[in-house]
Amino acid sequence: MGAHARGPANLRLVWVYPDLLSTYGDRGNLLVLERRARLRGIGVEAVSVNSDQPVPRYGDIYLLGGGEDLPQVLAARRLRADGGLAAAAAQGSVVFAVCAGYQLIGTEFGGDEGQPVAGLEMLDIRSGRGERRGVGEILADVDPALGVPRLSGFENHQGVTQIGPGARPLARVLTGVGNGDGTEGAYADRVLGTYMHGPALVRNPALADLLLTWAVGELPPLDGEYEAWTTRFREQRLAAVPVS
Amino acid sequence: MGKLPMRARVATTLGGAAGRMSRLAGRGDGSVIGGVIGLRVEPGLLSLLAADRQIVLVTGTNGKTTTTRLISSALSALGEEVASNAFGANMEAGLAAALGQSPEAPYAVLETDEKYIPAVLRATNARVVALLNLSRDQMDRAAEIWLLARRWREAFEAAPDCRVVANVDDPLIAWAASGAHQVTWVAAGQRWHEDSWCCPRCGSHLRRDDLGWRCHECEFSRPSARWVLDGSSVIDSAGRVTELGLALPGRANRSNAVMALAVAEVFGVDPAAALQKMRSVTSVAGRYTQVERDGRQVRLLLAKNPAGWLEAFDVLEPAPVPVLLSVNAQVPDGRDTSWLWDVDYRVVRDRPVFVSGERGLDLAVRLEADGVPFQMVSGIDDAVSRVSPGGTLDVIANYTAFQQIRTAVGRAA
Repeated sequence: MGAHARGPANLRLVWVYPDLLSTYGDRGNLLVLERRARLRGIGVEAVSVNSDQPVPRYGDIYLLGGGEDLPQVLAARRLRADGGLAAAAAQGSVVFAVCAGYQLIGTEFGGDEGQPVAGLEMLDIRSGRGERRGVGEILADVDPALGVPRLSGFENHQGVTQIGPGARPLARVLTGVGNGDGTEGAYADRVLGTYMHGPALVRNPALADLLLTWAVGELPPLDGEYEAWTTRFREQRLAAVPVS
Repeated sequence: MGKLPMRARVATTLGGAAGRMSRLAGRGDGSVIGGVIGLRVEPGLLSLLAADRQIVLVTGTNGKTTTTRLISSALSALGEEVASNAFGANMEAGLAAALGQSPEAPYAVLETDEKYIPAVLRATNARVVALLNLSRDQMDRAAEIWLLARRWREAFEAAPDCRVVANVDDPLIAWAASGAHQVTWVAAGQRWHEDSWCCPRCGSHLRRDDLGWRCHECEFSRPSARWVLDGSSVIDSAGRVTELGLALPGRANRSNAVMALAVAEVFGVDPAAALQKMRSVTSVAGRYTQVERDGRQVRLLLAKNPAGWLEAFDVLEPAPVPVLLSVNAQVPDGRDTSWLWDVDYRVVRDRPVFVSGERGLDLAVRLEADGVPFQMVSGIDDAVSRVSPGGTLDVIANYTAFQQIRTAVGRAA
C-alpha cells in the first residue's frame, strides 16, 4: 500500500487528460477498475482531470490513454509543467498507461514530425517511431513474477520502445508487434505501461486485479454474472487469435 | 458524352458493361467494379468525367449518405439531372462510376470518403465541399482525425474556386474549413464532444457554453453561422424560421438537412423548393426503413461509431419498445471493437435489450459494465420472436451487422 493509501473503503481513480489522451475506448479501463472494485465492496471515487486542470496528488491509481501525435506532445509538456503525476508515482501511487500514454511516461518519445520529445521520466523506457504501423490483435505471455495469465489485446501504433535497466518488460510477444523487439509493455515498481490500446483491462481482468491489489492489497476472487461474461469474452478472443 | 476523349469513352463503356454484369450476377449494385475497370483503362477518368459539371462533394464521419441524398433531392428542384453515388460507394471508383452512369447530368453530388477529399477535390475541381463532422471511426484503418483535418485544410487553401459549407459546431471542422477561400458556416449542431475538447489550432482546452466554443489561449472561436438549426426548425440568413418537417427521423437528419439547404443555396435553389423535395426522402440505402417481420414492425438504424450510436439512441422509440443491438468487427466495420467503450449504453437501461452479432460478447461485457440488463439472441428472428405480436422492435447495428440483418429481412426497401 502506498503511504497515502486510504484503505479499501475509498479507492481513488484518476483518469489523466481524457481531453487529449482518449482516442478509442480508453474509458473502458476506468470503468473496469471501478466495476471490479465495487463488486468487492470497495468504495470508488473516479475523477477525470482535463489538461487545463492540475493533476491531484492523492490518487491511488492513475490512468493514461492513447492519443494522436500532437495531443501526445501537448500532454507531455503539460504533465511535466504540472508535476502532479510524477509526484504521485514517487509516493507509490499506481500508474497504468496505454499506447501514447505509455510512451510519454518514459524518458523520450517521437513527436509529430518524428523529433525526440522529452517524456516524464517515470519509467526507464525510450520510444521512437518505427518503420510501419502495427495494427491488429496482440497476444503476449506476462513476466511470471507478476502472476498474470496471457495478455490479449488490440494494438494500433507506430512506436518502438527500448527498455532500460530500470524497468522490466511486461510480457513476451506471441502475436503482434509490442515494443518491436519481441517484448511488450514495461513496468517498474507500480508504474506499468502497454501498447495494448484502448480498453486493455477489459480482456485482461487479472491485470486489472493486479493494479487494484497494488493499490489496496489482496482481493477476493470475483464470480457471478459479470465475471462469467468477461471469461467467455476473453476465451473467445484468445481462441480467435492464432499464436504466430 | 460526346466531349470525352476516346479512351475515356472506352473506359466508361467498359466500366458500365462490367457494372451491368456485376448487377446481373447479384453482386450488389455494380457501381464499384464498373469504376475500377474504367479507372484501369483511363487513370484520369474522374477528371475527364467531372469536366464542365457543377460538383458537390459530401464528407464527414457520419451522415454522408443521407446528406448526399438530401442535397441531390434539393438540387432536383432545378429541373436538371443530378448524378450521384447514392449507395455509398465513396472512393474514386464509385465516384467515377456515378459520373459515368449519368454522362449528361450538369450537376453531381458525390459522397466522398474522408481520406480521398484532397485527391478528389483536385481531380474534380468541385464547386462545393460539404463538411459535416469529424469523430473517431474505425481507427484500425482510417486516418487519425487531427491529421485528416490538416490535410483538408491544405487542400482547401489550394482550391480558390471551391466553396466549403461547414458545420461550425464541430471545432475540428471549423478549423479545417477556415483554410478555404469561400465558406458558408452552418450551425448544424454536434452532440458528440469527445473528439473536440481541445483547440485544433493550439491544443488548449476549449471552453463551451450555450453560444458555442472558444479557445482562451489563441482566441480561435466558433464562427457566426449563416444557417442555424434550431430544434425542428431552420433559421436562414434573413432570419426567417421554417419548420423542417422531414420524413427522416432524429436530430442528426435535421442537421444533415440544414447542411443540404446551405449547399442548395450556392446553386440558387429556393429554400422552400429545396425543403419540399427533401421532405419526400423517407429511407436512405435501407436506413430508417420499417419492415414487417412475423407480425412485428422492425425498424433498422445504422450506427458505425460512437458519435453515430449517440445519434441513433436519439431516434429510438420510447421505452418500453425493445431494441436489438448487433455488432460485427469485419474489415468494413473496423477490426477493433474498442469504440464500444466510448458509447454510453445506460440510456437503454429502461427497455428490453437484445444482443447479437459476431462480436456480441464484446457488447455483453460492455453492457454488463454499464449495468444494462440484456438477453443474448442468435439473430434478428430470435429477437423478433421475443417481441409481442403486433409490437415494434428497434434495431441498431454497425455496418456489416446491418447488411446481414437487412438481407435477412429481405431488402424490403
